[in-house]
Amino acid sequence: MSESTLSAVAADVGQVAGGGFDPVLPGLILLLPLLGFAVNGALALASGSRSATALREGREEDHASSARPLTHTLPTWVGPGVMLAAFLLTAVNFVGMLGVELAEPVIRTYWTWMATGALSVEAAIQLDQLSLIMMMVITGVGFLIHVFSVGYMKEDPGYPRYFAYLNLFVFFMLTLVMGANFPMMFVGWEGVGLCSYLLIGFWFRDREKANAGKKAFIVNRVGDFGLLVAMFILFAVFGTLDYQAIFGAAPDTLVYGGATVTAVTLFLLLGAAGKSAQVPLYVWLPDAMAGPTPVSALIHAATMVTAGVYLVARSSVLFAMAPVGAAAVATVGAITALFAATIALKQYDIKKVLAYSTVSQLGFMFMGVGVGAYAAGVFHLMTHAFFKALLFLGAGAVIHSMHHALHATHKDWDAQDMRNMGGLRRFMPATWITMWVATLAIAGIWPFAGFFSKDEIIWYVGTSAPASVLYTVLWGMAIATALLTAFYMTRMMVMTFHGPNRTGGAEAKHLHEAPLNMTIPLGILAVLSVFGGWINVPGSVRDSFFGGFGLLPMSDWLDRWLEPLTATAYQIRVDQLGAYASTSPVGGGHVLWGAIATGLALAVVIIGARVVGSREIRPAVDSPEPTGFGKILHDKWYVDELYDRILVRPIQSLSRACWRWIDQVIIDGTVNAVGSMARGFGWFGSLVQTGQLNTYAFILTLGALVVLGVLIL
Amino acid sequence: MSGLLQASAYESWILHALIWLPLLGILGVLASSEERAKHFAFAWTSGLFVLSLGLLWAFDPAGPLFQFTSDAPWIELWGVGYSLGIDGISLFMILLTTFIMPVAILGAYRYIGEKRRAFYALMLLLQTGIVGVFASMDLFLFYIFFELTLVPMYFIVGVWGGERRVYAAVKFFLYTALGSLLMLVGILYLYIQAQAGGAPPSFHYLELLGTPLTLGEQLWLFAAFALAFAIKVPLFPFHTWLPDAHVEAPTPGSVVLAAVLLKLGAYGFIRFVLPFFPDAATHPTVVMVMLVLGVVGIIYAAWVAAVQPDAKKLVAYTSVAHMGFVVLGIFALTLNGLQGGLLVMISHGISTGALFLLLGMLYERRHTRLIEDFGGLARVAPLLATAFVITALATIGVPGTSGFVGEFLALLGTWERHPIIALVGTTGVIFAAYYMLPMVQKILFNELDREENRTMPDLSGREIAVLAPLVALMVLLGVFPTPVLDRMEPGARAVVEYVEETTRDGSLLEAARLDRVDTQSRFVHDSGRHELLISPDPTWSLSDRSGAFRIPDDHILRDEG
Amino acid sequence: MLVEALVLSAILFVIGTLGVLVRRNAIIMFLCIELQLNAVNLSFVAFSRYLGIEGQIYVFFVMTVAAAEAAVGLAIIISIFRHYESVNVENFNLLKW
Repeated sequence: MSESTLSAVAADVGQVAGGGFDPVLPGLILLLPLLGFAVNGALALASGSRSATALREGREEDHASSARPLTHTLPTWVGPGVMLAAFLLTAVNFVGMLGVELAEPVIRTYWTWMATGALSVEAAIQLDQLSLIMMMVITGVGFLIHVFSVGYMKEDPGYPRYFAYLNLFVFFMLTLVMGANFPMMFVGWEGVGLCSYLLIGFWFRDREKANAGKKAFIVNRVGDFGLLVAMFILFAVFGTLDYQAIFGAAPDTLVYGGATVTAVTLFLLLGAAGKSAQVPLYVWLPDAMAGPTPVSALIHAATMVTAGVYLVARSSVLFAMAPVGAAAVATVGAITALFAATIALKQYDIKKVLAYSTVSQLGFMFMGVGVGAYAAGVFHLMTHAFFKALLFLGAGAVIHSMHHALHATHKDWDAQDMRNMGGLRRFMPATWITMWVATLAIAGIWPFAGFFSKDEIIWYVGTSAPASVLYTVLWGMAIATALLTAFYMTRMMVMTFHGPNRTGGAEAKHLHEAPLNMTIPLGILAVLSVFGGWINVPGSVRDSFFGGFGLLPMSDWLDRWLEPLTATAYQIRVDQLGAYASTSPVGGGHVLWGAIATGLALAVVIIGARVVGSREIRPAVDSPEPTGFGKILHDKWYVDELYDRILVRPIQSLSRACWRWIDQVIIDGTVNAVGSMARGFGWFGSLVQTGQLNTYAFILTLGALVVLGVLIL
Repeated sequence: MSGLLQASAYESWILHALIWLPLLGILGVLASSEERAKHFAFAWTSGLFVLSLGLLWAFDPAGPLFQFTSDAPWIELWGVGYSLGIDGISLFMILLTTFIMPVAILGAYRYIGEKRRAFYALMLLLQTGIVGVFASMDLFLFYIFFELTLVPMYFIVGVWGGERRVYAAVKFFLYTALGSLLMLVGILYLYIQAQAGGAPPSFHYLELLGTPLTLGEQLWLFAAFALAFAIKVPLFPFHTWLPDAHVEAPTPGSVVLAAVLLKLGAYGFIRFVLPFFPDAATHPTVVMVMLVLGVVGIIYAAWVAAVQPDAKKLVAYTSVAHMGFVVLGIFALTLNGLQGGLLVMISHGISTGALFLLLGMLYERRHTRLIEDFGGLARVAPLLATAFVITALATIGVPGTSGFVGEFLALLGTWERHPIIALVGTTGVIFAAYYMLPMVQKILFNELDREENRTMPDLSGREIAVLAPLVALMVLLGVFPTPVLDRMEPGARAVVEYVEETTRDGSLLEAARLDRVDTQSRFVHDSGRHELLISPDPTWSLSDRSGAFRIPDDHILRDEG
Repeated sequence: MLVEALVLSAILFVIGTLGVLVRRNAIIMFLCIELQLNAVNLSFVAFSRYLGIEGQIYVFFVMTVAAAEAAVGLAIIISIFRHYESVNVENFNLLKW
C-alpha cells in the first residue's frame, strides 16, 4: 500500500456509503462443509464398524485389492463436492461485494448463544472484505486440496474418516473467519485445533503420530489460554465481545499505549503465536507433519496456521492503540522468521523443510501486521496459501511416488528423505515444473506472487524505522531471512529433482508421475502462484519495470479492498507514530529495493543450485551424521529438548509428587490419621472394661461418691 | 403442552410426585423378580423423567422466584414444615437427577449381577433423597434429605463395589457425615437465633433468611455450613474421599455420585451459604480463601489426574478440577460467574457421567480399569471411540460442547472481580488437555497391541441408547444453552443481588460487627429495593413467601430496551 | 426419730455397698443389692412422715422393681451356675471388649 493511497483512505473514512450488498445464503457456506462432515462421518462409522468386525474375526480388510465399497466411493463426491459448492457460493458473494463500497460489515444473527446478565453472545456471522478474502482462500485452496486428496488417500482404509475430518476442519475454519464476535471466532479457533489434532494423529496406530497430534493440541491450548484471557479483559472493559462494538469504541475507550490495551494485545499475541506457530510456541508445527501431506498443505500451510495473522489483522485497531503490543508482534515475527529459516537449511525430510519454511513465512506475515501493514500481511497470507499449498501438494506427489516405488521393492528407506530422491524431474515433470514455480514465488523473484507480497512486507518494516531503531534491526533480519529462504528452497528442489537418481535402479522403474486429479490442482495453484501477486502491485512501482511499465493490472487493489477495516488503525498509527518513511533505512526507494531484492534472490537461487548441485549426496543410509554447527541446525537448536527439560518433565515430576506426597501422604494421611485417632481413643477407653463385676461396681460407687461430693461441696 | 399441564394441575403435584414416587417404585422393585427388577427400575425412572420434563414448560422464568411452592405443617411445635418449592437453579438440578437416573440404571444392566432387587431399590431411595434436597424449602426437611442420600450410596459402594469397597464406603460415609453434622449445629443455631427477635419458631428457608447475625456469628456458621458443602463438592483439600469412592463404586454409583451428588455441595453454597451469611461470604479473607482453594483444586487435581494409572481415578480427579471452576463461579459473586458455575455443574454431570459409563463398559469387557491395559481400541470399537472422544472433548471444554460455555462464563465472571485468580484458573484449560489427551491416546489410539483387546465387541444397541442422549445433550447445551441460562438467571441474579444489597455499605458491615442491633436495622435502612429483604415479620402469611424473594421486574429484564 | 431412721438406713446402705464391692459370690452380691434398695426404702418411709405420702408410693415402686429384678437376676445366676458350676463372679468376665 503506498503512502499516498493510505492518506487518501484516512481522509475518506466515514463518508463511504454503506449498503447495497446483499449476501447470498451466507449461512449455507458454513452449513455445506458441516453437511459433508455429517455424511462422511456416518460413512466413516459404518466403514469403521465393518473393519472392526473383520479385525475381530482375525482378518485385515484390504481395500487395494477388493472392490471399493460404497463407503469409499461416496466421499470422493461428497467431500470435494460440498467444497466446490461452498467455493462457488463464496465466489458469488465475493463478486457481489466487488461492486459495492461496503463501510460496515453485513452481520447475520442466527440465535443467541450465551446470554446472561450484561453478556450477550450471538451465534452470528459477519461478512466483510477481510472475511470474504479469507473465505475465498479457504474454500478455493481447500477445494483443490480436497481434489488432490482423492488421489492421495484413495487406498487408505480410513478414507471416509479422512474426508469427514477435512470437511469438519473447513467448517471450523470458516467459523473462525466468519464469526462476528470473539467467542464465535474462538469456536472456530479451537475447532480447527481439534481437527488438526485428529488429522495429525490420523494414522493413530503409530505412537509417534498420535503423540504429534497430542503435542499440537496442548501447545495450541497454551495459545488459547491467551485468547481466553484477552476476551476476559475485553469484556471487562467494553461489556461486549462483538467486533463492531469493541473496535468502534476502542479509540475512545482505551488509552493509547495504556496498560489495558497492551495487556490485551500481548495476550492476543500469545493466542496468535500458538495457532500460527511463532516463537516460542512453534514447536508443534514441524511435528504436525506426521499427518497426511494434503492435510499439511491445507491446515499447516494455507489456512489454519494463518489464523493468528487474521486475528491481528482483525484486531488492527487494538494493535494500533498498543505500540508495545504491535512491536512485540513484529519482533516475534522477525525472530521466528530468521530462526526457522536457519533450521530449514539443514533438514533432510522434504516435509520438515517445508514445515520450517512455513513457520518462517508466518513470521513474515507477523512482521507485516506488526508494523501496521495489515493489508500486506493478509496479501502475503493469500499468496503464501497458493505457493505453499502447491509446494506441499507437490511434496505429497513426490512422497506418493517414492512410497509406491519403495513399497514395490520392499525397501525400508524413508520415502520423505531428500537424500533418497534426486533426479525426479525425469519421472515427474509436471510436479517438477509446478514446484519450481512455487519455489521462485517463495524466493521472491519477479514477477511471481511472492515478490509482491514479501517485498512489500520487508519494505514496510524498513520504512517503519522512524518510529524506532528496532525496526531497522527487524528489517535487516527480514532481508537475511529472505535470502536464506531462497537458498534452502533451492537446496530442496535440487536435492529432490536434480542430479542423479539415488532411489536405486529397481525402484526407479516404479517412479511415476501423479495421476491427473493430483496434477491438475498443482497446475491451478501454479497459475495462482504466478498471477496471485498481481492483484496488489504497489502504485509506486506500477509504472516501472516491475509493473510491466503499467501493464500489470489492479494496482493496490487489495489495499483498497481492505481499507474499511484498516483505515482506523492506520489513522491511529499515523497520528501517534508519524507516517512511514519514503525510503528504506539505508536510503533508496521502492523501485530500487525491488530490483535489489529480486536480483539478490535470483543470485542466491542460481548460486545455491550450483553449490548444492556440485555436492555429492548419498542416500540417507550411507550419509554421515552432520557435525558442528550443521548438527545444531539439524537438531533444531535443541529447542524440543530444552522444553522437555525445563517444562514437560518438571511438570510431570511435580504432578507425580503432588499425587504421591501431597495427596496420598499429607492429605489422605491426615484423613486416615483422624480415623485412626478415633479408633485409638476407643481402644484406650475399652481398657476400663475388664469384665470384672467388682471393678465395675467399685467404679460405679466411686463415681457416685464423686458426684455426691461435688454436689455437697 | 402447557394446556395439558394446566388441566392436570401439574404444578400442584409434580414435586411431591418426583420425591415420593421413587419410594413407591421400591415396592415394585421388591415385588418383581431378580431378573426383571432392572427393567422395572428403568421403566419407573424413565417415567419419572418424562413426568419431570413438564417442569421445563410449567416453570415460568418471568414468574415468581420460587414456583410450585407448597407448605404443610409437619412438626408444628418446632415450626418444621413440609415445604417444597424450586427456582431455576433447583429446576435443572432436579431435571439432571431424573435424567441421569434411568441412564445410569440402563447403563449398568450387565454390571450389577447379584442382589439386584436391593440395588435398584437403593437407587430409587437415592433418587428420593436427591430430589428432596433440591426441592426442600424447609431446612429441617433439607437436612433429612441431605443425610438420606448418604445411606443408599453407602450401601451401593459398600456392597456392589470393588476390592476396597468397605474402606471407600466407610470413608465416604464418615467424611461426609462429619461435615453435615456440623451443618446441623449451624442450622439449629440459626433457628434459635431467628426466634430471638420474637418470631415464631420456623425452619422455613425464607423465614430464616435475613436472620440478624454478627459478623463473628456469620463466620462461625459459614465455617460450619461451608465445611459440609466443601466436603461434598469436594473442594481441595477435602477431596480424598472422592477418588476412593469413585474407583470402588459400581458404574451406576459412580455416575450418580459424579453427576448429581457432588452438586448437592455446590447447590448448598448457592442456596444457603451465600444468602444466609452474606457478610461472611463477602469477607475479603473468606472469599480469597475459597477462590484460592478453588483455583488450587483446578490445577492440582489436573496434575494429579494426569499421572493416574487407573482411568476411573483419573476421571475422579477431573471432577475435583471441574468443581474448582464451580467454586470460582460461586465466590466471584457475579451473575456471569454464578451462571457459569451452574452450567459447569450441569455439563459436568452429563460429560463425567458419560465418561464413567464408558469406563464401566470397558470394565465389563476387559475387567480392568488400568489405562495401560488398553490401546488401539478405536480400531475394534469405532463407535465407542467416537463417543469417548466427544465426551472427552466436552470434559476439557472444547467450544461447541457444554463444557466450554460453563467454564467460559465462570472464568469471565471471576475475571470481573478477581483477575489474578481467573488468570491462574484459566491455565486449567491447558492442564485439562494435559490430563485428558494422553488417556484418550493410550486407550483409543496407538497400536492395538494386546491380544485380548482384539476381540472386544463394539457398543451394543443398549449401550448406544445409553450414550446417545448424553452425547446429544453435550452438543446441544454447547450450541444452544439459552433455555437453561434463561431459566436459571432469575435464581442466580436473586442470590447475587441479595448478597450485594445486604453488604453494599462497608460501614454497615463494620457496624454489624460491633452491634447486632445495628445489623437488624440494616434491613429497613438503605433499601431502595425493599422487596428483596426478608424481615422476620410474624404477620407474614405463608402464601406470600414465594414472592418475597422476588426481584422487581425491571431487574429481571435485561437491558434490551 | 428421723435421724435414727436415717442413720440406720445409712448403715444398711454402706453394708450393702461394701458387700457388693468385696464379695465374690453372685448370690451374696445380689442380696447386698437388695439390702441397698431396702435401705433407700427405709429413708423414703422416714421422710414421708414429714413430706407427704409420695415417699411411700415410691417404696411400692421400688419393691415392685426389686421383685422383678430378683426374678430376672436369679434366673441369670441359675443359668450361669448350670454352665460353670460356680457362682463366683471372677469366673465370668467374658463381657468386655
